[in-house]
Amino acid sequence: MSAEFDSAAKFAEYAHPERLVTTEWLAEHLGEPGLVVVESDEDVLLYETGHIPGAVKIDWHTDLNDPVVRDYVSGEQFAALLGSKGIARDTTVVIYGDKNNWWAAYALWVFTLFGHEDVRLLDGGRDLWIAEGRELTTDAPAVTPVEYPVVERDDAAVRAFKEDVLAHLGNPLVDVRSPEEYSGERTTAPAYPEEGALRAGHIPTAASVPWARAAAADGTFKTREELDAIYRGEVGLEDGDDIIAYCRIGERSSHTWFVLNHLLGFEKVRNYDGSWTEWGSAVRVPIVTGAERGEVPAR
Amino acid sequence: MDAMTLPAKLAETREDFLALGVKDRLQLLLEFSNELPALPERYAEHPDLLERVEECQSPVFMFVEVDDGIVHLYATAPAESPTTRGFAPILAQGLEGLTVQEVLDIPADYPQSLGLAEAVSPLRVRGMTGMLARTKRQLRERIAA
Repeated sequence: MSAEFDSAAKFAEYAHPERLVTTEWLAEHLGEPGLVVVESDEDVLLYETGHIPGAVKIDWHTDLNDPVVRDYVSGEQFAALLGSKGIARDTTVVIYGDKNNWWAAYALWVFTLFGHEDVRLLDGGRDLWIAEGRELTTDAPAVTPVEYPVVERDDAAVRAFKEDVLAHLGNPLVDVRSPEEYSGERTTAPAYPEEGALRAGHIPTAASVPWARAAAADGTFKTREELDAIYRGEVGLEDGDDIIAYCRIGERSSHTWFVLNHLLGFEKVRNYDGSWTEWGSAVRVPIVTGAERGEVPAR
Repeated sequence: MDAMTLPAKLAETREDFLALGVKDRLQLLLEFSNELPALPERYAEHPDLLERVEECQSPVFMFVEVDDGIVHLYATAPAESPTTRGFAPILAQGLEGLTVQEVLDIPADYPQSLGLAEAVSPLRVRGMTGMLARTKRQLRERIAA
């Protein structure tokens, strides 16, 4: 069972309007059977300070990452997690979060690895919901656990590994980090903790498009026209391109992956979640410093 | 330094966290986050005196004061960053009333010993590690001056 789609005019311009809902839509549909709202934030405690009524929390780090191996959870772990949150395989899931839906997009991308079909983002995220004076609660939601099937993760379609990126050089790459990280002045986002990369710079030929350029001032996604101007116009992406996006640990690039795939309709877009913390520390991979994209190295 | 010599308040906080299951540790951190006092007026009016904790993902500012050899730590963090906000009072309360040397002797890995890695992730615990390191650095500068 799946909830009706949001027919907002802005969304109709996107390649996949069914991937977004407005705050109005969500306010009207809260509590509907077959719909589960998920909050996913950078700050692991933010949900506890107040959340959309009925929303459950999924934390990107403690819930979606394997506790030992640097990888995502297994099919069994994902099934146990979703079942415990009252999410069935055919549930419509609407995810929202802080920081322009940065972590919400990451969670959505992980849901995609497991092929959860109907998963959407709340346009504008947590901040817009609050800015509009909509209801928040600290009451724990009443969740009835359900059975979620064990589905093996399929990394092939939307996830790239280091070797894939090496083989991909010469095809479009989008670096969504800050200009300072791109040029090699620093290895971390401004005002973010050091996450350990030994070299600074970017992957040769990658275009620099900081992820937040896809967001409008109120945290919603920019319009189709504005996004096309950036990614097709400025960067030069074309239909049929095979694209890989990366950042530092794959979170900011999930946001860009969402934009390229669901909003602009590029069919082959992968997120390199190893990103700079892997590439910047790996032995003998090519790196370019400075503001230029650089050349594909001779092999 | 072992548990026997860890300053009493810090040892007590650690025991409190470790006595709880992972989920309740988050709740305790949230309680700490609600306990962060407002800055004394002299700092509220002088944001330039505060040092930014770069290891934290959210804007956290802190200042260490030494009064008659006794350490006081002040910090501020936004309400939208409850995790970071929770770290500050753990240290501020734990350090209150200690001598400079006692603070310098606190093990640098105290934040890792609270059992929070599982609850909030090791990455986030680094914010508190940075706060402690910066506190000690400010104190060393103060002594040298």
